[in-house]
Order: sequence, then C-alpha cells, then structure tokens
Amino acid sequence: MTFVIGRFIPVDPVLAIVGDHATQSTYEKTRLSIGLDRPIPEQYLIYLNKLIHGDLGTSVITSQPVLTDLLHFFPATLELATVATVLGVIVGVPAGVLAGATRGRWPDQIVRVVGLFGYSMPVFWMGLVGLFVFYGKLNWTAGPGRIDVGYEDVVDPKTGILLLDSALAGEWDAFRSAAAHLVLPSIILGYLSLAYIARMTRSFTIGQLSQEYATTALLKGRSFWGMVWRHAFPNILVPLVTVIGLSYATLLEGAVLTETVFAWPGLGLYITQSLFNADMNAVLGGTIVVGAVFIGINLLSDVLYRIIDPRLRLQ
Amino acid sequence: MTSLPTQNRVDGLLALPPTQNPLSSSQARWNHAAVLTRKLGRSPLTILGLAVVVILVLMALLAPAMTGGVSPIAQDLSGRLQPPGAAHWFGTDELGRDIFARTVYGARATLAIVALVGVIVVPVGLLVGTLAGYTGGFLDAVLMRITDIFLAFPSLVLALAFAAALGPGIVNAVIAIALTAWPPYARLARAETASIAHTDFIAAVVLMGASKWRILLRHIVPLCMSSVIIRLTLDMAGIILTAAGLGFLGLGAQPPTPEWGAMVATGRSVVLDQWWVSTIPGLAIFVVSLAFNILGDGLRDIFDPKSA
Amino acid sequence: MTMTVPLLEVRDLSVTFRTEGVVTQAVRNVSFVLGRERLGIVGESGSGKSTTGRAVLGLVPAHGSVSASRLALNGEDLRHLTQHQWSRYRGRRMALVMQDPKFSLNPIMTVEKQITEAWRLHRRTTAAEARKHAAAMLEAVSIDDPERVLRLYPHQLSGGMGQRVMIAAMLIAEPELLIADEAISALDVTVGNEVLAILDRLVAERGMGLIFISHNLTAVAGLCDRVVVMYGGRVVEECAARDLAHARHPYTRALLAAAPSLDEPRASLASVVRDPAWLT
Ligand SMILES: Nc1ncnc2c1ncn2[C@@H]1O[C@H](COP(=O)(O)OP(=O)(O)OP(=O)(O)O)[C@@H](O)[C@H]1O
Ligand SMILES: [Mg+2]
Repeated sequence: MTFVIGRFIPVDPVLAIVGDHATQSTYEKTRLSIGLDRPIPEQYLIYLNKLIHGDLGTSVITSQPVLTDLLHFFPATLELATVATVLGVIVGVPAGVLAGATRGRWPDQIVRVVGLFGYSMPVFWMGLVGLFVFYGKLNWTAGPGRIDVGYEDVVDPKTGILLLDSALAGEWDAFRSAAAHLVLPSIILGYLSLAYIARMTRSFTIGQLSQEYATTALLKGRSFWGMVWRHAFPNILVPLVTVIGLSYATLLEGAVLTETVFAWPGLGLYITQSLFNADMNAVLGGTIVVGAVFIGINLLSDVLYRIIDPRLRLQ
Repeated sequence: MTSLPTQNRVDGLLALPPTQNPLSSSQARWNHAAVLTRKLGRSPLTILGLAVVVILVLMALLAPAMTGGVSPIAQDLSGRLQPPGAAHWFGTDELGRDIFARTVYGARATLAIVALVGVIVVPVGLLVGTLAGYTGGFLDAVLMRITDIFLAFPSLVLALAFAAALGPGIVNAVIAIALTAWPPYARLARAETASIAHTDFIAAVVLMGASKWRILLRHIVPLCMSSVIIRLTLDMAGIILTAAGLGFLGLGAQPPTPEWGAMVATGRSVVLDQWWVSTIPGLAIFVVSLAFNILGDGLRDIFDPKSA
Repeated sequence: MTMTVPLLEVRDLSVTFRTEGVVTQAVRNVSFVLGRERLGIVGESGSGKSTTGRAVLGLVPAHGSVSASRLALNGEDLRHLTQHQWSRYRGRRMALVMQDPKFSLNPIMTVEKQITEAWRLHRRTTAAEARKHAAAMLEAVSIDDPERVLRLYPHQLSGGMGQRVMIAAMLIAEPELLIADEAISALDVTVGNEVLAILDRLVAERGMGLIFISHNLTAVAGLCDRVVVMYGGRVVEECAARDLAHARHPYTRALLAAAPSLDEPRASLASVVRDPAWLT
C-alpha cells in the first residue's frame, strides 16, 4: 500500500536528489541508478526481494541505508512511547476502575470529564501550550529536542534510549537533561493514552461488576473494594492487556504530531520529513517497521493474554 | 423436574405507565421521538454539546456578519502580532491579520471537512458493509479483506501519506481522511446487516418478491443508518483532530485561507512571546471537538443506554 | 428472658425498585420466622423470592430501597448495618448459593482460592491450614479427590461439581443460615438430586437454618419443613411442607395443579389463573 502511494506521489524523487538545476544527463543517470526506469511491477518485485534480505534500500535524502536511519530514529520514539504508556497505565487503569465502580457518581464524572478532554485535545496544540507555560513561563521543563545541546555527544549511544544510556554511563547531568526534555512530551502522550485506557477500563469494570461472581465475593464477606480489586480486577486485566498493547502500538506509530512539535527525532518525525521530501525508500521502510512493531506488540499481548487467562492456557 | 410457566408476568403489579397502543406508524414515531427528546432534556451536557455544534454552524454561515466585515485575510504589516485588545479581540498574527476574524472564518474549513468526510464515508461504508454482509461469499471475503488492509495501517500515518501523495489542499485532505475513515463503518454496517438479513422481516420481504437491490437499499440500509450515524457523531471529533493535524503539518487548507490547524502552526515560532497566535485557534479546535465528543457520548447514551 | 430467640425474623419486609421512573414493588410486607429448620419459598417467576433472599443478606442493589419493621439474625438487628458490618455477617453467619456455578464462580481463580476465601476472611489462619479445611470441605460435599479439584479452574468443573464447590465455599466459615436460591435448577435431574441430598445432609449435620427458594414444588415438599408461597411480592400462604398437597389458597392450588407429576400423569397441565383479589 505504501508502495503504491510512493509511486504516485507527484513530487519527483529524482528531482529531490539532484535539485532543480541539474542537467538532463545527471537526471537520467540518477534515475537509472535508483531503478526508476523499470516497469512498476518489476520495481515492486525488486523491492520485495531486497526486503526479504533485510535491505530497505537507501534513503535518497540522508544517503544512508534506511535501516541505519531507522535504528537511529526508532529508540527515541520507543523511549517516548514507553514512558507515555507507563504513565497512561499507572493513572488510567486505577482511574478507570474507580470510575466503573462508582458508576454515575462524582468520581465517575470526574474521570469522564478528564477523559473527554483528552479525547478532544489537539496534541500539537497541547504541546505548544505546554511548552509556552512550563518551559517558556515557568521554566520547569526543558524545551524541544531530546537533550541539551551540551550533552549531545556525552554518552555513547548503546541502546539509543538516552535515559538508559546516560544512567548506564553514570552521566547523571546528562540523565537529568534528558529527563527534563522527556517530561512534557511524555506527559502529553501519556494523557492521550490515559484517556483511552481509562475509558476502556471503566467499561470492562462495569461489565465485570455485573457478573454474579462479584456477588459471590460479597457473600463470602469481602468488602466492596476488596471484591473490586481481588475479583473483578484480575478479570479486567485479561482484555486490558490487549487495550494497553493497542495504545502502545498507536503511540509508537502515531506520535507524528508530538514529535513534530517537540522536534523529537523519532520515527514519526522521520516518516513525515521523508514524505515531504518524497524520500520513498525511507517512508516505505519506516512504515514497514511501524507495521512490524504493531504486529509484534499484538503477538506479545496475545501471549500475555494466554498467560493471564486460565481458560486459554494449554492444558 | 419442571418449572412453573415463567412467561405469565402479572403486569398490573408493576406500576408501569399506561401503555398506549400506537394507532399508526407515524404516531409510533412521534412517541419514540418524544421519549428521546425527554431523555435529551435530562442531559444538559448533551444539550451543551449540541449548542456548540449549532454555534459552529452559525459561525460558518454568518462569518461576514459576525466579524463585522473584518476580512480574515487582509494583512496589516504595521499592526503585526498585536495582543488581544479592543481593536482586535483575539489579537493579530504575524501578518497583522485579525485572529478573531480568522477564527470565525476558520469554522468554514472545519465544517466543510467534517461534512464532506461524513458525506463520503457514510455511503461508502454502508455500501461496502451491507453489500458484503448481504451477499456473503466471495464478494464478502474480498471486500472485508480490503477493509482489513486499510484498518491495519495507523490512520494518521496513512492519511498523511495520502495527503502528501495527493498534494496539499482542503479537498485532498478530505479525501485522505475519508480514505482512512471508512473501514470501521463498513465493518459496523456488515455486522448489522448480518444480524438483520436473517430476520423474519427480511424473509417476508423476499417472499413478496422484492429484488436484491431493492431489499438492500430500501430495507437494510435504512436499518443500519442509525448506528452508523451515531458512530459518525462519535468520530467527528477524531476527524476534526486529524484534519487539524494535517493542517498543522501544512497539508490542509492552503494560505491565506484561514484554517485552525494551520493557524496554530503559524504561531508556533512565536509561541513563547505571542502566545495568542497559536493558543486561540487551538482552543477553537479543542472546544469544537469536545462538543462533538460530548454530543456523541450523549446520543449513544440515549439510543443505547446499556453501553454507557 | 429465657424464650429462645429465632434464627431469623423477618417482619414487614418491603423492597421497591425504581428504574427510569418506573417503580416496581418487588417485595411487599413479607413476614416469616425461621428457626434451625428448613423453609421453602415457592412462587412463580417475578414473585419476589430472590429479592427477599437478597434483602436478608443486605444485597439489594443501590436503586432498590428496603424497609422492614424487623429484620434480625439471632436477635441481632440487621436493619441499619454499615457495609463493613454486613461483611462480618456475610459468609460467617449467613450465606447464599446461587443458581448457576458457571456464573457464580470467578472464572480465573482456582477452586482452592475460592473455597478458602471465606475462611481466610473470617479467621486469620495460614494458607496451609485453610487448604486443609478446603479439602475437608470438598470431601463433605462428596468430592472424591479434593487435592486435584482444589487446583482446577471453574471451566474445568462440571455443573454438579461447580455447585458443590460453591456450597463448599459458602459453608466453610460455618454460617448459621444458608439461603439456596434455585440452587439445583440449572443442573440436570440426577445431578440436582445428588446436590439436594448433600445440602440436606450438611444442613442436618451442622444444625443450620435453610431457606430453599425454588420453582420445584416436589423438591421443596421433600426437603423442607415449612413452605411459604409468594405471589406478586406477598406471602399468600404459609404451611407445613407435608400439608402442601392440602393447601387452601387458590394460587397454591393452581401452582400444584400446574406442576407435572409422575404419580398422576395428566394429559395437559393446568395454567395458573390469577385473581387480583389475592393481592389485597
Ligand atoms: N435489580 C433489580 N432492578 C429492578 N427490578 C428488579 C431487580 N431485581 C428484581 N426486580 C424485580 O423485582 C421483581 C421480583 O424479582 P425476583 O428476582 O425477586 O423474582 P423471583 O421470584 O426470584 O423470580 P425468578 O423465579 O424468575 O427468579 C421482579 O418484578 C423483578 O423485575
Ligand atoms: Mg429468582
């Protein structure tokens, strides 16, 4: 699918490389060298063949192998999405359980309003306002980017995840700087994931509390909240794993706008920039990685699902 | 071991309101509408959402009158980046344009996108879904496979790719969003159709000799309509946000046409000093999508109380 | 004050539900007294049997309101208990077995955890001791290899086993009063009879009071000492179980006539004809 889009994009990828003032012969040479002279189905087959061998082609803009680029950009997204998801889960799950268990009463209403706000907020705007208030006015957090310029090359990128790298290297100033940059975008993305997770958790909770086993627990002398946490909650966990996985995958691939606002050098930014520059190898590669991550996370949550739910465990 | 007959409920026991048997289908519809209106009346939040949406429509329609003739595109380079005040309620942007006027006119772009996406997505989704659900077999398999492929892609990235491929502009943004938004509708319509297609009611229509297309268009599509429309209301906010996101990235309405997402983007570079340039159009996006969310939520509660 | 206090006293119990402006009087001025005996409650669907049972346990959902001029277990007033106080009665002093173990057991908890739960909530003991008790309890409900069953999950149990597990879980903390609400209706006949026999034996051995709610007049007549007949939220007749066949109230007679019987096969079963006058 991305392949199709890539071939019909009206920006000429050859022009993008050689520039507007290149001679006709340079143009032709470049065109041949990136294989654009062949029929489209053949281009597709060549691409597929390379893909199988782990070759995503070369980015026409950075003139690096796409795989190298992706390995460079992906950890930033991973770091951001992971922290955001952790925040979303830590806050969203208890909030959702609370809302479901107090259905229709004020805690439920509060969670509902907070969730609705999250659903309605344009992320890019939230990012700008957040930067304005917490960076510009209050100076509580750092500005755009992943780390202060001064620390940029202090730690050697073992994992590409700056928090880990700097902690491993014992560079605590760099760690602090990275954390200060991460706070705002991860809270904003975390809020989005919170809104979604809380809403789903709430409806799962309501569903479980209407089950008869919940009454059974009360009959044994469990308190209401004891029943909620010890009986209903483990049952909620089963479908929740899928929801959390979905939300995580969405953040990994959909952080495009947040990354743009915060100049966060991640996958989203990479794909967007490549799209604007008609760098189709990069876009294709990026999208394939995104798709693979998506499938991977789904598989993972499937496995977890089976571990949690005794009904699905192999006998 | 047997149990006593269970279906003989003693109705007199339950203090139910007297049930009148409707005399005609139009009366039944009126009763239904009255019940829904009463439920709506009990949900002030839903009414608030509705009110904001109505205001949005009025803003789009009456923009020239509301702005008192101030042009949203007239530049005044000597009056750049002025803070909100009496002359310019919401201040001016980097080209000295009046942000209030631009915000009011911006409702047009937003509304146009939402309406157009709805107009494309609902029929396409309905057609694909009902066709797949009603005919079944090979066609069903093919249509649903296509739907799945679209669903598997992250929608913003996909919309972005389409928008980039089609080139910037409102119409292309609409197409890009619609291309990524229709699959859930097809699924919904297919599920509904599958449950309707096997009812006695449809069987009766078949016996009366109605043609396939007639059944599909006259009977099945109308029955799927209400759930599709509710779903659309719930999706409106998402559509607005996606549209604004595309606008923010420069893929929506092109300058000088006022569009909220693009307006936020132009204020980006000055956000630390002239906060109003980005903040106000962003607030407009937020309020409108919040209103659609509240409205959609409320409508769902009213039509389908169990899922609330 | 040497008069023996009855196990359970219920006087003028009323339960009203209000949903979407519709008011349902599920239970109206129901009164009965229960000693350490077996009381059957019969009546058609919707007559308020379950709601009565739940009101005794303080488990009427929030949109229902309960009133009574007396509701007492062993002379202890239950009417104004806080949720916390209720949780000390439930499981420890009284318990309820519901219709279908498929729903009343927690699907992702082992049998062991579900049986030991009440015991561990009410007596502070070690896990090992609780487990020993649970195994003994399973033996008491005639399960052959308790050690194996303790490790199972509900979906691995048959209906009859599930209901025995449920009974074990409810009786482990030795309550004085057990309410069985359609406890055998979801089981097939032979299994149901086995479970019935187990209930019968345990109630006798432990000297508990039993309220047996059922549609099944034969089962009630066989198991119980006394029977209360409910109709439209009211008690319309109360009599000794052995006199059930000679009940006077027309509704009870109609119920009896509508029940099939092997002894006197009938060509067609009578349907119950109701008279609004019974409600006054
Ligand atoms: N949670 C509730 N909310 C509203 N009404 C209820 C609720 N529970 C019971 N009722 C109503 O109370 C009445 C009595 O119900 P109840 O379940 O006590 O009857 P029952 O005799 O146990 O019937 P069955 O034999 O079908 O179990 C019914 O009219 C029922 O609709
Ligand atoms: Mg009942």
